[in-house]
Amino acid sequence: MPESWLELWDVVSRNRVRTLLTISGVFWGMFMLILMIGFGNGLERGMQDTVGGTFTNAVFVWGRTASLPYRGLPANRSVRPSNAEIEALRELPGLAVLAPRNRLGGWRSGVNVVHGSELGNYQVNGDVPEWAEVQPMTFPLGRWLNQRDLDEERKVAVIGKPVMDDLYGPGEPVIGSVLTVNGVAFRVVGVFDTPLGGEDAERVENVVHLPFTTFQSAFASYRDYVGWFTATARPEVPASELEAAMRATLAERLVVHPDDLNAFGSRNSQEEFQKIVNLFAAIRLLVWVVGSATLLSGVVGVSNILLVTVRERTAEIGLRRALGATRVSVVTMILQEALMLTAVAGYAGLVVGVGVLELASSALGEGSGSMGPPSVDLRVALGAIGVLIVGGLFAGLIPARHAAAIEPAAALRS
Amino acid sequence: MIRLVGIDKTYRVGAHPLHVLKGLHLTVPPGELLAIMGSSGSGKSTLLNILGILDGYDGGEYWLGDALVKDLSERKAADYRNRFLGFVFQSFHLLPFKTALENVALPLYYQGVSRKERLRRAAEHLDQVGLSDWSGHLPGELSGGQKQRVAIARALVTRPRVMLADEPTGALDSVTTQEIMDLLKRVNAEGMTIVVVTHESDIAEQCARTVFLKDGRFEGER
Repeated sequence: MPESWLELWDVVSRNRVRTLLTISGVFWGMFMLILMIGFGNGLERGMQDTVGGTFTNAVFVWGRTASLPYRGLPANRSVRPSNAEIEALRELPGLAVLAPRNRLGGWRSGVNVVHGSELGNYQVNGDVPEWAEVQPMTFPLGRWLNQRDLDEERKVAVIGKPVMDDLYGPGEPVIGSVLTVNGVAFRVVGVFDTPLGGEDAERVENVVHLPFTTFQSAFASYRDYVGWFTATARPEVPASELEAAMRATLAERLVVHPDDLNAFGSRNSQEEFQKIVNLFAAIRLLVWVVGSATLLSGVVGVSNILLVTVRERTAEIGLRRALGATRVSVVTMILQEALMLTAVAGYAGLVVGVGVLELASSALGEGSGSMGPPSVDLRVALGAIGVLIVGGLFAGLIPARHAAAIEPAAALRS
Repeated sequence: MIRLVGIDKTYRVGAHPLHVLKGLHLTVPPGELLAIMGSSGSGKSTLLNILGILDGYDGGEYWLGDALVKDLSERKAADYRNRFLGFVFQSFHLLPFKTALENVALPLYYQGVSRKERLRRAAEHLDQVGLSDWSGHLPGELSGGQKQRVAIARALVTRPRVMLADEPTGALDSVTTQEIMDLLKRVNAEGMTIVVVTHESDIAEQCARTVFLKDGRFEGER
């Protein structure tokens, strides 16, 4: 085998310019394929980070204003779920985790939080420990809320990392320190971080979490009131089904007309998530189709040049046949050449493509906005190599058939 | 060494079959230097192709030593060409991107001989034709006579049963022609059976025997 490769090297290296031109198509095709796949992956990862791989089957329900009179109750009354609804919703068969929540202030507006002489404006929530199962968190310092915090109505707080960075000087002790929210003092027991990126991280991390029960007793207007229900569905249950069941249960318990769409606000993240999943499936398909077509045109280029080469080498092939080369060895020679040219060019394209991705990745760092670090996994690289080997054989097929058809007698007559 | 018994060959071109060789008989004893003369259209090329196992025939038998060359498989034909025959062509047919030494070694490549051994044997034969000093040169750097001497070395490197030379001096001037003929005669004197196909009578005259081919039949010999 090494003998025939040596022989091949002789042939290929004798015309460097032609060889380079031949392989540039395949090189370019592979390079583009890898680049497109890499940036496609980066975009997908960036998107997943932003949207949050978390809420793939979460449901959010909150009370609003009834628009229809029902059983003697007037329209335009506000719908206020109470603590009793928590237990009722927990009974729903399709529900995995339920996290009721209250929030100080209005939608997307925070309240002032004071630590010593520092002051900041943050979202302040009353939460249950289950929230951690809906929203993944890490705790660089201290801990998350626990059931005893709720049972004993402890005045404790878990704050986001940006809150700590704002309110505390470097080296200042955080755990055990005191924060004041609306004149009520809370002791900090933990600092949390999220794996999310971009705008969403900001939204999720500029938050102070208080125990749900403490929150209700500390801030009088929230007594026996639940602002939001967040739930996740069991894996086999569609989020939209759980969403409907939660709305129906709440409507029945709070005496709301079954057709009153305005009484509750709700949404589920599954539909949105599915849209994004479909979008990226389409992008991936496009990348492979376009990339493979580019690669294919490179392969056709190799095939074309080899065909010309076979014509040029008619006398040489005839001579080799006269000196004892069989048809098989001539065909093997051409296929080997095709395979070597595509493999070398494709591998070079792969290496350069991955190199460029690495450079882009380190330049982008953790990703900016919706663009994550571009990357290609081993499976894709191996797949591309496979496509290439098949392509190389394909490139050699037609020229090899022409070479096999050369009659030595006719070739030597020149 | 060569025995042709009633060799018959017909080309079917369109509606009119072309009867090219009409029952040729020929015996070439080992060590002979034979010339086959004929004008174009005499069937000379066809006969050469059959002798060179580059083409088949329709009737008769072709014996090469103790081997019957008839209806060979493609692989077998390639093997016989490689081991039993050495070719010398009018236009040399050296590979332009290989050195003189590598060109001489090429037939051994198809025998699966190792590269080192190939080059050693090639150097030996290049020495025999007096071109040791030119072994590293490409064919483009050699004169016509030198090229043909490289080709002769290539034909000899497998130690074949017969050397077939097709107009070996057709592309050379008269001085070089004589050099090549002297070389062929010397190789012949060392025991090689050589068949020279030519249309030049002064070439044929230097051979031990000449047969004349006309319209697909041998017509007399000298």
